[in-house]
Amino acid sequence: MGALRDLDVQQQVALLFVVLFGVLMLVTAVAIARSVRELSPEQQERFDRFVRDLRATWLGAVLFWIAWVAGALVSTLLFGVLSFLALREFLTLTHTRRGDHRSLLLAFFIVLPLQYVLVGQRLFDLFTVFIPVYVFLAIPVISALGNDPKRFLERTAKIQWGIMVCIYGMSHAPALLLLDPPRHEDRGAFLVLFLVAVVAAAQIVQESVGRRLRSRPAARHISRSFSWRGWFIGVAAAALLGALLYWATPFKPVAALLLGALAGGSGTLGELVMKALKRDAGVRSWGGKASVTGAVGLLDRVAALCFAAPVFFHVVRWHFGW
Amino acid sequence: MKLPEAAGLLLAFLARLITGAQGHWHGCPPKAEQRIYFANHQSHFDWVLIWAALPSDLRATTRPIAARDYWTSSKLKHWITREIFNAVYVSRQRSDDEDPLEPLMQALRNGDSLVIFPEGTRGNQAEPAPFKAGLFHLAEAFPQVQLIPAWIDNVQRVMPKGEVVPVPILCSVTFGAPLQLQAGEDRHDFLDRARRAVIACKDLG
Repeated sequence: MGALRDLDVQQQVALLFVVLFGVLMLVTAVAIARSVRELSPEQQERFDRFVRDLRATWLGAVLFWIAWVAGALVSTLLFGVLSFLALREFLTLTHTRRGDHRSLLLAFFIVLPLQYVLVGQRLFDLFTVFIPVYVFLAIPVISALGNDPKRFLERTAKIQWGIMVCIYGMSHAPALLLLDPPRHEDRGAFLVLFLVAVVAAAQIVQESVGRRLRSRPAARHISRSFSWRGWFIGVAAAALLGALLYWATPFKPVAALLLGALAGGSGTLGELVMKALKRDAGVRSWGGKASVTGAVGLLDRVAALCFAAPVFFHVVRWHFGW
Repeated sequence: MKLPEAAGLLLAFLARLITGAQGHWHGCPPKAEQRIYFANHQSHFDWVLIWAALPSDLRATTRPIAARDYWTSSKLKHWITREIFNAVYVSRQRSDDEDPLEPLMQALRNGDSLVIFPEGTRGNQAEPAPFKAGLFHLAEAFPQVQLIPAWIDNVQRVMPKGEVVPVPILCSVTFGAPLQLQAGEDRHDFLDRARRAVIACKDLG
């Protein structure tokens, strides 16, 4: 794989996209071939879910490709729009009251654009603390001025959480894109691709292993499919994939292995947390078939990434001193 | 494309961006028949939401009701309601020689569809207030026009009474099965049945 490392950036990108779209086309071809077979209702349901996931993956891959082609500004905007849609889905299923109106306006129309402006300007020090420090103060102040003490802590905590996951977490993806590692300029996109790939690998492996192993769920009331054994296997898969992708990143093989494990592990744990939030709101998914609100289930797809990205971003910056 | 048309498209886009404006057609398909849609009323945004949830070819012939004194008080308000929405103006002050429903009847005679909020005012309770009699009189005078109940969900969170800027929260409009005035049905019974049909749409969504 040392030979791959010697290719220039453009060739590596082309190679990655060829592999990505090649695999997707292969999977789609197999899916089409299978769709003509007769299936039992249970298999049919599983197949439909698979097709939905596949469609989302296609969409994600195409979006990612557009982001790469169009450059930093467009991809920052693109992630900003995703943030907006995800936060809209999150707050739809969250109980807020009239007194929260101004705080919600603040979140959508001031915090969200500002956070992405900070990313675009590469002001990473301010970007990291803007939401946890300043917005954390501003939101409850505005809510308190709304003059409604009923369930105050619960309401502000939920808004704050929505902001952390949907804006703070998501904005770390374009931050990786714009993080110009010294001596590895233009490799930011690889960092995002690396992150997305290892998190997706951890999720897919954990999910399919969990279905096959039938080992004891770690938290039965939250998720029936999450078990520690499945989680470890998912993390191992993410680590393996991370090591296999090291040539595209600024990392050494061992560092890539550890970072893959870290990102994959935090992503799948984040997914577990989102499941708990969904149980609390009384829904099975944020969107999809049985949705009352017409949410498309974007949050289901990006939640793991939103949890993994800040951890990954911080470790990379801190460890390498960028 | 003329300016009102472009402004209408922009407005529909904004409504979709902010609320999703999902239309769920459960009792009837979105067809170009003459209809009266009647729905619960919680916010100024209600009309825009129903309008944005309709397919674009139905928007041109579906008209809202606007209070003349409020919606013609400034040039902008008048322009929006007249040019974009083609609103039917009614006056809120009763005069003896004029039927307040006459402008609505006129629009129905022209073949237009209407959207009305039979509660008469914006409510903030979970269930709609009792319906006013206008719906009954229209149903009586135009038996061939379909009456479609609709439930608008979540919109009170987008723009509560007294606020100006909407918050992006997903909303949906659920359209139920057409209703008909039964032969010899009492006014009170009919209005109660219509109100229950609107509430029933809530659970269909």
